[in-house]
Amino acid sequence: MSSLFDLSLIDSTLRMMAPLLLAGLGGAICARVGIFNVGLDGLMLMGAFIGVAANAFTNNIWLSILIAVVGTLIFSLLFGYMVIHLQANMIVTGIAINFLSIGATTFALRTIFDVQGAYYNNEMVGLPTWRIPVIDDIPLLGNLLSGQSPVVYLGILITIAMYIFLKKSVLGSHFDAVGINPVAAKSQGIKIKKIQYQAVIISGILCALGGVQLSLGQVTMFSENMTGGRGFIALVATMLGQSNPIGVFLSSSLFGFTEAISIRFQGLNIPTNFTLMLPYVITILAMFIFKDRTQLNAMKNSQGSSR
Amino acid sequence: MLELRGITKKYGEFTANDQIDFSLVKQEIHAIVGENGAGKTTLMRMLYGMEEPTSGDIFVHDKKRKIQSPNDAIGLGIGMVHQHFMLFPSFTIAENVVFHHEPRKKWRYDRKKANQEVEQLAKKFGMEINPNQKISDAPVGVQQRVEILKVLYQGAEIIILDEPTAVLTPLEVKDLLNSLRELVKMGKSIILITHKLNEVMEVADRITVLRDGKVSGSLKKEATDTEELSRLMVGRELQKKQLPKVTSGKAVLDVNQVYVNDSKNKAAVENISVQVHQGEIVGVAGVSGNGQSELIQAITGLVKTSAGKIRINDHDVTNHSVRQIRDRGLSHIPEDRYLWGAAKSASILDNLIMTDYRKSPLAQRGILNKGKIHSYVNNSIKRFDVKASSINTSAQYLSGGNLQKLIAAREIQKDTPLLLAAEPTRGVDIGAMEFIHEQIIEKRNNGDAVLLISSELSEILALSDRVLVMFEGKIVGEFDRENVSEEKLSLLMAGGTYE
Repeated sequence: MSSLFDLSLIDSTLRMMAPLLLAGLGGAICARVGIFNVGLDGLMLMGAFIGVAANAFTNNIWLSILIAVVGTLIFSLLFGYMVIHLQANMIVTGIAINFLSIGATTFALRTIFDVQGAYYNNEMVGLPTWRIPVIDDIPLLGNLLSGQSPVVYLGILITIAMYIFLKKSVLGSHFDAVGINPVAAKSQGIKIKKIQYQAVIISGILCALGGVQLSLGQVTMFSENMTGGRGFIALVATMLGQSNPIGVFLSSSLFGFTEAISIRFQGLNIPTNFTLMLPYVITILAMFIFKDRTQLNAMKNSQGSSR
Repeated sequence: MLELRGITKKYGEFTANDQIDFSLVKQEIHAIVGENGAGKTTLMRMLYGMEEPTSGDIFVHDKKRKIQSPNDAIGLGIGMVHQHFMLFPSFTIAENVVFHHEPRKKWRYDRKKANQEVEQLAKKFGMEINPNQKISDAPVGVQQRVEILKVLYQGAEIIILDEPTAVLTPLEVKDLLNSLRELVKMGKSIILITHKLNEVMEVADRITVLRDGKVSGSLKKEATDTEELSRLMVGRELQKKQLPKVTSGKAVLDVNQVYVNDSKNKAAVENISVQVHQGEIVGVAGVSGNGQSELIQAITGLVKTSAGKIRINDHDVTNHSVRQIRDRGLSHIPEDRYLWGAAKSASILDNLIMTDYRKSPLAQRGILNKGKIHSYVNNSIKRFDVKASSINTSAQYLSGGNLQKLIAAREIQKDTPLLLAAEPTRGVDIGAMEFIHEQIIEKRNNGDAVLLISSELSEILALSDRVLVMFEGKIVGEFDRENVSEEKLSLLMAGGTYE
């Protein structure tokens, strides 16, 4: 058992957490303005694919991140246009986005790279690991926190930034207001559609980063449907965290930890099917424990109320 | 300060406002009264930039202006307090007041300064508030004060109040009217939209009456009275209602020591017993939110009781299904016409027959009788004066008052021994109110039992043989028609005790 819980478990927890955290924060910012973004998974998958595709052509990690972000952002605008402009049902649109991106990435994988299943090549450049100067020198902590990909650190920074934005800035309070009572916000001259688009764009960017961490951080490859439902777990993290960035951080840490531990279990004589189930079991348990209706109510209110 | 000249607003063929002239001078309260659909709200929406007039001009401070958005209106010093509050429940009072005009340090929200400014503003206008309180924790009266403060904070000189007293208790109404006088003393000008004539007579300087989109009268308060105003509003004389003596018979509805829990599992109705007899109207008065909704829903089978018995004509119907209860002889005008009373996207025809379509004569052996249905529907909408372009129009396009008339038509025409009428005239105009009241009284005179639940004291007093007062889920008072008074009821409704 001692091999189950050691310091490197924390290291892999952080790695597993980052995509969930980023997508979860994207979901949170959308929930704040009254949009239930079920399409997180599709946005992430899109980000993961575009990141790898760009990497295969440019062999430049920073450029590929940029292209992934811009590409996913445009894709997220499709979701935004349907939901905000055309007032389409959010859940149906979100699911459509997810299936669309599975189909589109698989199709592109076959047409561009002429492979089925997965694509990688040796010239692709993965995300580097960064050693943080001061922390690195602290004995234990250095091993724990240093040496992650920049996206992991970025995720933590964005958590803090988003918290400050929502709690301290004027614009942040307008985001909240649009989610709480769009009619009232409109009557005070707030452009609610503009704010909702901003939130969707932010979630597109964050999901792209999460996807890039999946395809270029943990591994350097793309496989069909490689998010494997992580976008939905991120959605749960959003709800568990009650759309509060700190809450999303804590809940995505929990899910990152279960994912990391389930990989450890594979080392023991436990069937892989069971260990792979673990994160989802925890998710369902977590839903039981933290059942909170406020989120659901907020979403109910948001549907169709932005007339 | 403000002048409207020849304002006309057309929606397709329909003229909502026809050549309206209106003026507001500094430091006056100018009331606009009129029935539903008379065009009051349309007019104010144009003034607040939510609609644009088809023709006509708006002058603010003697300059012709185009008002194309609420922002324009706010910029011109026009503020509006909407009938449905425009508040953010989880924000504090101060945050609500300064919303969209927040004091800031660069991008940061300066909440400390917001609190100070709001506190000072409230003090200046003599209002007691705690800027740090969450708005959802504040009583309705305070919420309304916050709405007014919001408008003042935006620097409004002209304040439009749309039906401001609809949601207030009698005591809160008094406070509000005092605040309005106070505001005028401090230099503000107020447009008050309402259909409550006694409030108009108490506080307004001038009164403009609208009927069918036209100005039917513009009067000084001193030169008029409520009779003249209601005549101008309705276009004819109103009759005084009388309740002829009817000897009441056996109990039709028997509610015995009923408890109902709300969604948070707290007792919303505690130990309530009510009996309604044949030929009797029992009125339940109370500020909304004191358990009346839960009581209605328990009687009609929409929620389960946690204890107690409900009987209709000696049949136990406790926790039976809605249909079983209705088949025992209940008809029900629900308090929320959109939530319980009608199917918004269904047609007028469907809405009118939805409780009876299964039964003869509307259907025989499971087949709808189109001819009977059409004559029934056409008769009903004629009799209850439901204004609609066609019986196939979906209910959502009816105005609130018209929809209420439709629901009243459906429920009152039915020959049932028991009618539960919850806020039967909420949002309907005086003419329709009079008609619905007559129908309810006629039902009683025919020997049926009526349980009337209303937050409108005048309605309770006009119709009830017996009045009960609900406060915090309990019945706190009971009066006969002979010895009930508005003062006694107000006191009990507000949680006071009556000696």
